[in-house]
Amino acid sequence: MKCFALFAVFITGGLLLFGTADFPEQGDPHSPPNAGIPGDGVSISHYYLTQTEKDTHVPNVVTAVLADYRGYDTLFETVVIFAAGMAIFAILRVSGEPRKRHRPITDSSINGDHRRIIIGTTCRLLIPVIQLFALYVVAHGHHSPGGGFQGGVILGASFILFALANNLTAALQRFSEKTFMNLACLGILIYAGFGIFCQFLEHNFLDYGVLQKIFHTADPQMARSHSMLGVEIGVAFTVTAIMFAIYANLSSKGELDNGL
Amino acid sequence: MIWQFETILLIFLVIAAVISLRVKDLLSASMIFGIYSFLICLLWATMGAVDVAFTEAAVGAGVSAVFFIATVYNTKRRSSD
Amino acid sequence: MSDFFLNIIRPDFNFWIYVILMMIGLWAVIAKRNLIKKLIGLSIFQTAIILFYVSLGVKEGATIPIVEHHSGPGHPLEERTIDPEKYANPVPHVLMLTAIVVGVSTLGVALAVAQSLFNDFGTLEEDEILARLKMDPELNRRSNSSTHV
Repeated sequence: MKCFALFAVFITGGLLLFGTADFPEQGDPHSPPNAGIPGDGVSISHYYLTQTEKDTHVPNVVTAVLADYRGYDTLFETVVIFAAGMAIFAILRVSGEPRKRHRPITDSSINGDHRRIIIGTTCRLLIPVIQLFALYVVAHGHHSPGGGFQGGVILGASFILFALANNLTAALQRFSEKTFMNLACLGILIYAGFGIFCQFLEHNFLDYGVLQKIFHTADPQMARSHSMLGVEIGVAFTVTAIMFAIYANLSSKGELDNGL
Repeated sequence: MIWQFETILLIFLVIAAVISLRVKDLLSASMIFGIYSFLICLLWATMGAVDVAFTEAAVGAGVSAVFFIATVYNTKRRSSD
Repeated sequence: MSDFFLNIIRPDFNFWIYVILMMIGLWAVIAKRNLIKKLIGLSIFQTAIILFYVSLGVKEGATIPIVEHHSGPGHPLEERTIDPEKYANPVPHVLMLTAIVVGVSTLGVALAVAQSLFNDFGTLEEDEILARLKMDPELNRRSNSSTHV
């Protein structure tokens, strides 16, 4: 197998290296991805860089393109994360034969275990700060690097940190399976709800400009900015719930009793 | 886009990738994969892709390495190759 | 000598390293026997491809794609011109954000499948799993039926 692997890798690598000989120099501002093909009009990245501030009042071009110009892609990216959570649920949590429990279930008291004083105290100080930072990242996606997905991962990681420092059972008492499944569904419903609400007002799906009447903003651009924030909150909910769900199922082999 | 810095980062990246695949202890392999994630996040930050670097820092360290460690804990820790 | 290095090797050096990283990942997926090593190789392959795509949008001397935000009276938006050459190309960043997200989801599912395989066969080495399947075809049937609730 290793000979075949080396052969395949050398052939593929050689072809790829041969292909990179024709590439434009790295960093060239006039290469086709950056400036478009001459004679073909302005390239899409030029349009996004120059028009985003005028169309949506959002300085962060990447967030604006993700949540507004290409919002349809981001909706289905969120659905993919949700589907991954459901797949792990189906693989690990649903099983035909009962598995024997070979580890004893310890109680979930946090204060009684003397080995966990250092870790427990540190996490008790750190976890609120981490969660606050995650909410900051979600809310400031318009002006600084961040957005729904990054904030959601940090928030999910704070729950994973709690489960690592104490017991998985203690973490599940605070963030139970029913809660995180409902939260994941709620996130996608918020995102799709924004789109369908625009359809009720007789415009296109995810065409946020028409929500100016609902939000009572001065112009459609601010309505797009506010809808982007709402949509990012939906993404953050789903991502938080699914990251913790994947960790809970992976670390306890689907039984959700004792974790790591 | 300082080319000296990027060259050093790329060499470390290749070393981290090769070592992560060669160690036989799977817990160490997951940790070195976390190092690989952080190095590639630094590379993207120097290229000006700050959103991508933020996402990779959050995902690579906070989530991906933890999933690997959770799986290694529930299966065998030693690999044969 | 330094002329050769600076003019011929240095501009292309980055692309060579990206291809070498991709091939390290691809080799690990084919040649390694342990399933977790295969998954690590797959993740290396994926991040190397994302690195390659993001490097296409780099512009020399350009800053991050967050346009300067001057608010308040006296700075009307219509009069400001933004020079696109001063900002990095945002389109590869957007596409690669989705790629990273999808990658971590598939990593989670792949690790769950690996755990399920370990439950059924007791090992994570590919050759041992295949040997056990050949020796005991009933194991295949039993492990297939255990997923039907």
